Amino acid sequence: MADTRPIRVLVAKPGLDGHDRGAKVIARALRDAGMEVIYTGIRQTPEMIVEAAIQEDVDAILMSILSGAHMALFPKVMELLKQNEVNDILVAAGGILPDEDLPAIKALGIKGCFGPGTSMDEIIQFVRNNVQADRLTTEV
Amino acid sequence: MQRLLSGDRRALARMVTLIENEIPVARRYLAELHQYAGKAHIVGVTGAPGAGKSTLVTHLVRELRRREQKVSVVAVDPTSPFSGGAILGDRIRMMELSGDPNVFIRSMASRGNLGGLAASTRDVVRAMDAAGYNPIIIETVGTGQAEVEVMRIAQTVMVVAAPGMGDDIQAIKAGILEIADIFVVSKADKPGADQTMAELAMLLSLDPARRAHDKTQPYWRIPVLKTAALKDQGIPQVADALQQHYQYLIESGMLANRAQRQVRSEVQALVLHAVVNTLKAKTTEEEWQKLVDEITNKERDPYSVATELEERIGLNQ
Repeated sequence: MADTRPIRVLVAKPGLDGHDRGAKVIARALRDAGMEVIYTGIRQTPEMIVEAAIQEDVDAILMSILSGAHMALFPKVMELLKQNEVNDILVAAGGILPDEDLPAIKALGIKGCFGPGTSMDEIIQFVRNNVQADRLTTEV
Repeated sequence: MQRLLSGDRRALARMVTLIENEIPVARRYLAELHQYAGKAHIVGVTGAPGAGKSTLVTHLVRELRRREQKVSVVAVDPTSPFSGGAILGDRIRMMELSGDPNVFIRSMASRGNLGGLAASTRDVVRAMDAAGYNPIIIETVGTGQAEVEVMRIAQTVMVVAAPGMGDDIQAIKAGILEIADIFVVSKADKPGADQTMAELAMLLSLDPARRAHDKTQPYWRIPVLKTAALKDQGIPQVADALQQHYQYLIESGMLANRAQRQVRSEVQALVLHAVVNTLKAKTTEEEWQKLVDEITNKERDPYSVATELEERIGLNQ
């Protein structure tokens, strides 16, 4: 297949955090950029997020979190991905992520961190550029 | 392939991606999967947007899990006709099912296919069937009157109607009303549910076959069921009705009958699809634009253009 398929993205809100406007705005922007967005809604456990990502065979997981619990939830998500031998899904995060946490978050393997004020274009381009290209064409 | 047949959900997830994107190798895999599929009861759930399909499916899956069944769900949502993207939100209501290894849920974008499903939904169901899921529930996009495609795949079609939508019944009267094997009136805790039920029962009583059927033969009397999923009411009855309908299909020979009809339409669809792809491969975008301009300017007409293209791909010989 010459042209690539639509990128599939899981947008999730981990933890006890009901503020989902940001996640919805992102979901909409990614849709308008031609991606297929699986939106999970609020209050997701890491287990739910990883299982959904596997079943939906997404290319990227975007997690939005504003509650401050990111250092409790992100490591768990990354660990579950590893346990399931998932190593080809791009993971990025957005929301209120203090600067001092960013190195630790990146060290987990979360490739992008987007705080308030990030433009939609920046996120769209980030997803497009960082999704593993071979995922879009490979065979099993 | 082996991993899929042994129930590995990641192998299944990858296979679905291949199928959905028409990666050439998928057809070969599907040909192989054909012999392993055919064991699952395939259930279609359709109804107007907001009728309560996802909620019903979620609770139904939970009930089927209580009955120790390994359930799979395909949930189809519409693709934006403008960007080609989609927001697939059926999972929101189904997230509580995530984490159960015996439930596999996959969201699909319709990708421009009309009829309430995606073009490859049938093939995806086949892969799930081969992977050992039974039943498989297909949730269509919110439908109006004409999206009856699900009947070409499902063995049992369930139509969901919510009360208080006024002319909702009117809307489903002609199209999807005719394809229902089971009616579910959802949100029964809301006012108007009994009236909706009465209206459906009345419409069904108009069916001449209902009176004229041969009493010695198995006959399926389309039930009208009432659910209030959020209060967990009526769901076991829906699960029972599904099972009874499947039993009826087997005993009456209708299962084989439907399968025959479906196989024919499937092969036709495959050929049609290949024709469209061949056509696309043999015409450039510039050429299309030129033809479209010529037709809109009345220099040419669509029929002679079609004849010319048909000849190009080897039809009309």
